[in-house]
This record gives sequence, C-alpha cells and structure tokens, in this order.
Amino acid sequence: MKNKYSVFSLIKNALSQHENWQQAWGNPEPKKEYEAIIVGGGGHGLATAYYLAKKHNLKNIAVLEKGWIGGGNTGRNTTIIRSNYLWDASAGLYDHALKIWENLSQELNYNVMFSQRGVMNLAHNLQDVRDLKRRTHANRLNGIDAVWLNTEEVKKFCPIINTSPNIRYPVLGGTLQRRAGTARHDAVAWGYARGASEMGVDIIQNCEVKGIKRNGDRVEGLETTKGFIKTNKIGVVAAGHSSVIANMAGLKLPLESKPLQALVSEPVKPIIDTVVMSNAVHAYVSQSDKGELVIGAGTDSYVSYTQRGSHNIVEETLKAILELYPIFSRMKMLRQWGGIVDICPDASPIISKTNIKGLYFNCGWGTGGFKATPGSGDLFAHTIANDEPHKLNAAFNLNRFISGDLVDEHGAAAVAH
Amino acid sequence: MFLINCPFCGERDQSEFSSGGEAHIVRPKQPTELSDDEWAEYLFMRKNIKGIQFERWNHAHGCRKWFNVVRDTSNDKILSVYKMGEKPPVNYK
Repeated sequence: MKNKYSVFSLIKNALSQHENWQQAWGNPEPKKEYEAIIVGGGGHGLATAYYLAKKHNLKNIAVLEKGWIGGGNTGRNTTIIRSNYLWDASAGLYDHALKIWENLSQELNYNVMFSQRGVMNLAHNLQDVRDLKRRTHANRLNGIDAVWLNTEEVKKFCPIINTSPNIRYPVLGGTLQRRAGTARHDAVAWGYARGASEMGVDIIQNCEVKGIKRNGDRVEGLETTKGFIKTNKIGVVAAGHSSVIANMAGLKLPLESKPLQALVSEPVKPIIDTVVMSNAVHAYVSQSDKGELVIGAGTDSYVSYTQRGSHNIVEETLKAILELYPIFSRMKMLRQWGGIVDICPDASPIISKTNIKGLYFNCGWGTGGFKATPGSGDLFAHTIANDEPHKLNAAFNLNRFISGDLVDEHGAAAVAH
Repeated sequence: MFLINCPFCGERDQSEFSSGGEAHIVRPKQPTELSDDEWAEYLFMRKNIKGIQFERWNHAHGCRKWFNVVRDTSNDKILSVYKMGEKPPVNYK
C-alpha cells in the first residue's frame, strides 16, 4: 500500500499543513476494453469492483459513474445499518453485510466510522407488538441479535421518547438490535474507491452510459459519453436509474422509481445516542457526529426522477417526530433532500443474472440499500465472476417474479417505506 | 409536489390524489390461459420511464374518480389529463 493511513501518517502530514496527502483514487480516461464494467459509482458499485479485484482476481475492471462517486443515494441516505429482517433469505443477506461492516474500517484502512449504537424499532399498536415479537424470534433463530423491550425499557434505553399512554400512537414497546448502528456514508464510497483504485480498477467519473451494445443474446460493450467501451460483462448498479439502463438492453424490470426524502436539523449537543425507527408513524431519527438530527421521511407515491419530494411527506414525518420527542419542538431544520429509490413489488432487492449473457443487475434496494453495501458488493462480485449467484443471493433473482417465490419483506420486517 | 387538474373537480394539490401507476396495462382477457411469464409481465414488470409517462390517478380525497395523466417524470410537469376510456393523446408517444 503506497499510502497507508495511520496515526503516524496523520502526524507527518499535520506538520506540512495536510498539503501533501496523496490522491486517494485515480482519475483515468477509459481504456478501449475491460474484462468487466460496473455501471454506477455508488457504494454498491464501488464495493462490487473492489471485491471483483480482491477476491476474484479480475485485473481489468472499470466503474462508470455519470456524476461523481457517492453522489447519488450513497450520499443521500440516513446511514442506518441493521440486519433484523424477518425472512431467512433476507436475514442471511443483511447479516452477511453486517459482519463485513464490523471489520470494514480495518480492511479498507479507511475509517468508515461504523458505530454500533443500536437500532430500536417501536411498536404503537397490538399488531405492531405481535409482528415485532415474531420478528425478534425469527431473528434469534437465524443467529441475529434481537431483544424485545417493554415501554419502561424503551424509556430507559432512550429517555427522550414520550412514552405517555395519552399520545395518539402510544409506545407499547420495541425491538432492539444492539449490533446495528450507523456509518459515515461518504467514507464508505471513498474507502472502497481508494481500495479498488489501488488494485488497478479504473474509476471513471462524469461518464454516462448511453446505450448497451448487444450481439444476439450477449452483451458486447457500452456506448458512453466518453465513447464506446468493449466488454463481455456488465454489472449494473444504478439504483433509481436501473430501469433506464435496462431499457437500453430491451429489458423490463419489476421496479418503480420514487423520491425518498431525508432531512437534517441544525447541530446540537449529544441528545440521542441510538437510532430509533417507527414504522407505524413513519419517523426515524438518529444524531450525526456533527450533532445534526438525521431524520428519514417516506417515499412519494408516484414515479419520479426529480430527486426532491413532496412537502406533505416531510410534514407527516415531522408531526410524528414531535409527538414522540416533544423536546425537539424548537429545533430548526437545516437541509432537506431527496434520492430516487428503485422499489421492487416485494421490497427485496435483485442481485441477479438476466436472460442476456454477460448482463447482471444489482437493484431494487428501495428505501434501505445502504446497510447492505459491503454484502451486496461481495455477492454481486461473486455472481458476475462465476456467472452464478452465491447461495446468499440465490433467492434474490429476477426469476422470482415469474415463479412467484417472492421474498416479501413489505411490512413484515420493519422496513420503513 | 405539484398540482393536478382533475377533469371533474379542477386543479387541486397532488396530496389529494393517489397514484395508480402506469396506465394502459390491459387486464388479461383469459386469465386461465396465461403463462407464468405473462402473469409476471402483467403483475410486476413496469416501464418506469424517465421522461414522458402515461399513468393513472385517483382523486382519493375529492370526487374519488379515476383518470389518466401524461406526466414528465424527469421534472414532474403534467402535459395532459384525459378521462378513463378516452384514447391517449398521440402527440406524446
């Protein structure tokens, strides 16, 4: 490693006013041909390239990004990481990712600021209580840590929550996954980019894919804004724009792209040291290291690519936040933004081959893809390198929409959507 | 966030409406004859267009009637509104 980050390199560079740090990743022009091209330079795409180079010994890989790396949903999400999903297939997928998160900073020699501060999911009615208890049992059978907390225990774990029985949606309890938490989203993209770049992956920014060249049932290359690039393997990790890319190859996907919003408050002193999610009233909140409250709102109901959302969605979320946390009533919101999320009918992702040889899709992560970034990259790299899915992503194939073998996580797994 | 011109009630805020997704997906005439692929196509596969999309809306908090809208999903501009059963405007194909 030419430029290992450590306390010594930090001191050394401090002495020169941090003016001599090396560039973390290269800025190459595209070659004429690659062994594999990843379309989309977000966390998932960069992780895919990283694991293709590291675990599958591919030497000649490019990542194409139409804007700048990590500028899409990777830089727009609320950074929550958890694996407490109901179904076995999802539990396997998301816990695989969580296990990689636990050592990711060491592996990448890049501080992704992974913080296992716990994620608590609140129950507000009897059905919530039954569903969430069922989920904790399912999680524990799959080896995922989960506990049920009653109202007093919820209050003890997060004292600022209003647990009065007289509010519109009283807190009847909650589940807690202690291994869950948050990470610094930009650092994940940058860490993977640096790691991949060092192994020779070409990260090509400001390069938009305009077409996919097919020869019968196989791919031959990509038309881009930087010219034609030849390749036999294309991995598409384009999130909200997956359908747009699929359309270039004459494919239709079971996706709808919708704006999902988040917002942050002005920075304040530490007030909430965990992540609290509430599915029923649709509000979730955590606090960033800068001190801002990070609040996730819902999706709009209609297809849109505008990267902004409707005001009424934010209003609903803030109403719920204020009822649950009266202490925030005078907080000022600093910024609000939207990202375009690609949602599958069963709220589970697609990490799959297609019926076109050499064309692979990693999409459909909907409102919760960030948590899976390392696992998604690892499994997608496996799928591309071997032309076969890993057993952990076998269930997440495109064919499930034909066979009917869906992984129905809507509402079942505390998916906030 | 935008206004929708309901053909029955006039211009109202989008929050009064619920989106019914892609329009002109024809319900299978012979459901028993359909293959799994055709069911998947009908139930799940969507064009999900970035650009001009034909879609259905319901004025859920108003007259509760369904109608069709032509909207540019890249900027949320509504280009045309037409009633159920009417032919889609041809100039947006």
